[in-house]
Amino acid sequence: MLLDIYSFSTLTASINKDLHAAMTPWLAVATELVLIGLLFLTFYALLGLFLVYLERKVCAVMQNRIGPNRVGKWGVFQTIADLIKLVTKELIPIKNADSFLFNLAPFIVIIASFMAMAALPFAKGLQAIDFNIGIFYIIAVSSLGVVGILIAGWSSNSKYSLIGAMRSGAQVVSYELSVGLSLLAIVVLSGSMQLSTIVESQANGWWIFKGHIPALIAFVIYLIASTAEINRGPFDLAEAESELTAGFHTEYSGIKFAFFFLAEYINMFIVAAIAATLFFGGWMPFHIDHWEAFNRVMDYIPSIVWFFGKTFIIIYLIMWFKWTFPRLRIDQLLNLEWKYLLPLSLMNIVIVSFVVLMGWYF
Amino acid sequence: MSEEVTKNIIVRDDEDYIINMGPQHPSTHGVLRLEVCLNGETVKYVIPHIGYIHRAIEKMSESDTYKQIIHLTDRMDYLSAHMNNEAVCLAVENALEIEVPKRVQYIRVVLDELTRLASHHLWWSAFGMDLGALTAFFYGMRDREKILAIFEESFGSRLLHSFNTPGGLMHDVHPDFQKHTMEFVRYFRKKLPEYKQLLTDNVIFHNRTQGIGKMSRETAIAFGVTGPSGRGSGFACDVRKVAPYGLYKEIDFNEILYDEGDSFARYLVRMDEMEESLNILEQVTDNIPEGDYTAKMKSIVKLPEGEYFQRVETARGELGIYIVSDGKKFPYRIKFRSPNFSNLFVLNTLAKGGLIADLVAISGSLDLVIPDIDR
Amino acid sequence: MNSVIKYFTDIYKGVRSLWAGMRVTGKYFVRPGEIVTEQYPENRATLKMEDRFKGEVIMPHDKNNQHQCTGCGVCELNCPNGSIEIITKKVPNEDGKMVRVIDKHIYHLSMCTFCELCIKTCPFNALAWGQDFEHAVFDRSKLDKVLNKPGSSLKKKEAKS
Ligand code: SF4
Ligand code: SF4
Repeated sequence: MLLDIYSFSTLTASINKDLHAAMTPWLAVATELVLIGLLFLTFYALLGLFLVYLERKVCAVMQNRIGPNRVGKWGVFQTIADLIKLVTKELIPIKNADSFLFNLAPFIVIIASFMAMAALPFAKGLQAIDFNIGIFYIIAVSSLGVVGILIAGWSSNSKYSLIGAMRSGAQVVSYELSVGLSLLAIVVLSGSMQLSTIVESQANGWWIFKGHIPALIAFVIYLIASTAEINRGPFDLAEAESELTAGFHTEYSGIKFAFFFLAEYINMFIVAAIAATLFFGGWMPFHIDHWEAFNRVMDYIPSIVWFFGKTFIIIYLIMWFKWTFPRLRIDQLLNLEWKYLLPLSLMNIVIVSFVVLMGWYF
Repeated sequence: MSEEVTKNIIVRDDEDYIINMGPQHPSTHGVLRLEVCLNGETVKYVIPHIGYIHRAIEKMSESDTYKQIIHLTDRMDYLSAHMNNEAVCLAVENALEIEVPKRVQYIRVVLDELTRLASHHLWWSAFGMDLGALTAFFYGMRDREKILAIFEESFGSRLLHSFNTPGGLMHDVHPDFQKHTMEFVRYFRKKLPEYKQLLTDNVIFHNRTQGIGKMSRETAIAFGVTGPSGRGSGFACDVRKVAPYGLYKEIDFNEILYDEGDSFARYLVRMDEMEESLNILEQVTDNIPEGDYTAKMKSIVKLPEGEYFQRVETARGELGIYIVSDGKKFPYRIKFRSPNFSNLFVLNTLAKGGLIADLVAISGSLDLVIPDIDR
Repeated sequence: MNSVIKYFTDIYKGVRSLWAGMRVTGKYFVRPGEIVTEQYPENRATLKMEDRFKGEVIMPHDKNNQHQCTGCGVCELNCPNGSIEIITKKVPNEDGKMVRVIDKHIYHLSMCTFCELCIKTCPFNALAWGQDFEHAVFDRSKLDKVLNKPGSSLKKKEAKS
């Protein structure tokens, strides 16, 4: 049913074949790893820069402003200029800071987000590793970032940073639960943890439609909980600038600060991509069961466009939240999780299991 | 000392976990330093340290003539510049028993209310920002801009206009002044519901402000908290009502009072005051009579020997000005009773026992302007 | 049971209030026409300040390079900040008598608080507001200006008709 012209599997397969033909298998695998690594690094940097630019433009328009408009047409090179500035800035050493941990922290944060990206299916046939426990892997890896944040807060020897890190720890630990449980709803529906299988299972309609009410509840919970997990407004308590100046990265400067900054945006991309993959079919075009002609037309749009389109719509939603709502207080944040989201998602798991048992989904 | 005040005496301890908020901190809105003692996230006590922007305005005033003092008062509470000017002018006019023309009185009221609106806009923006709603900041600033444009057109400057002078105004307002003011009133009536949707009704905002920083009426009176902050605790202290000056005797408006005394009540007082200011503007703007823009004044103003006191309602509370004159052209002594000074020191009472985030919500709702504290 | 109902109505009300806020920001997002930012350095050519705009104190000169300042020093007296210094000199007039005229009317822009007292009190209306507002300079001494242009002279009082 799916068109194969847009599939990346032929491309990747042929590269794989050529490499194996030219080298010994070990060398070929090593080359592939390096190639993928480089590809991801480039993608990571470009995506980060683009997301920062996008965020600035989106919030500017919401606030009746123009936003960056000096560097290049419509300011498109603004973030690149910022990056150059950050790279050339002095890395201020902090007195009495634990310098080993202080320097380590940004790398932990950025590596965590880097690892999560490996398992994302970007398009048909474009996925670095297709784990059979893909969702589990992503949840596990993306929560590693908080270790970096805790280390950053602890090692900077600053009271603001410490408070920020403590907040962040409490926040991520509690919201992890809701994220996991809401994703579990889709795992129950699709019967698999493998991301490629989940995407394939949505060939006759996305889970958000097929799974109707429980999927919708799971999506809303996921959106809230994951926004909290990546420390974005209205849950940006770890760096609440009106209370803690900049929270856990108060003492960081230059490129180390840029790492935190970049990781935050990439994390936003990752949670949006997961939401798109699980609830909105990932790279799967919009299909309606038994409407063959319609499905065929939809197939003409390349899968990579579908994936990024959905992801960016969700990213826009997350930005929309951030630029509308006031920030929560730490106790209210935990209240929201333990009193509302967690009971709801537990309830939702029961509903979903029931729905699957009875076969009440499409 | 009243019991309300004495029970807040702070005892420092060497073991205290202190963080310094300010003098450079995003939520102290200026160079104010708050020494905050924490227990985890809970605030044990707050000690405000002031004096970072002390410019000796009172002392400088002793070597300035009454006309020259005006431009210094601008720089105390720069967001209520016009009301500060007016306080000095009224004091001098009352001392000399000068009747200012009706036109001047009308224009002064219009400017008072416009300044109050602009000030509340800025407060609303900054309060939203304190609580993390950054977009609110830009909406408030956008609407404030319209008022500043009116100011610029008539006075040539946007913030510190020094437009009052003992006896009247510096010069007449711009011919388009009335038209533009009414345009603004109509514009802002349309925008006010947005403020409501964005913050006032927002459930997160409710949680952040309701029940936070409760101030009883007794506390407000004991600390001398005036203005919208005092009225949020049910303390009827609007000078425009209790000791009307200028045209306020003849205008029909309500004093906004809320009894809850929390941050949300203080917020609501200001929101309703904006609405009330629009009402006053609608009453007054179109009825400005023709006439002179200043009464006849001697070129050198000398107050007869004696003591004079005048108070006005600025956007933040009651500004009192106390002049001792020895009959020369310079005042012998001037003392400003600035509203922010009293409003600041209630902070410890309100923030004690809350969280850091509450401290920000409280200091935001008190609407402090730091240069007015230090003077 | 009541508490359960309250639990869910609270959620509903909360979500509705959040949606109201999102509608406001969303509305502006789809209406970029409401952007209010001024494109400052680009609009320099068309940017006109209000006539009364207080940019700096200037001394208007007419086309014969004549101004109205007699050097009386009233503005210097009235300035609360000492931003004005009047330096006069004695020159012979037509009758050969030595009269005092203005040599330099020095205006320290850096100290001026734009209170307008000098302009109001000048008995000869010699001063006015200039609308120039781009005063950024690298050296503070550049802000000390001499208001009367070189070679300028006092405008003759027009004979009363
Ligand atoms: S500017 Fe006016 S007040 Fe000043 S010295 Fe000249 S004439 Fe006198
Ligand atoms: S405007 Fe005021 S401060 Fe400036 S020079 Fe004139 S009198 Fe002095």
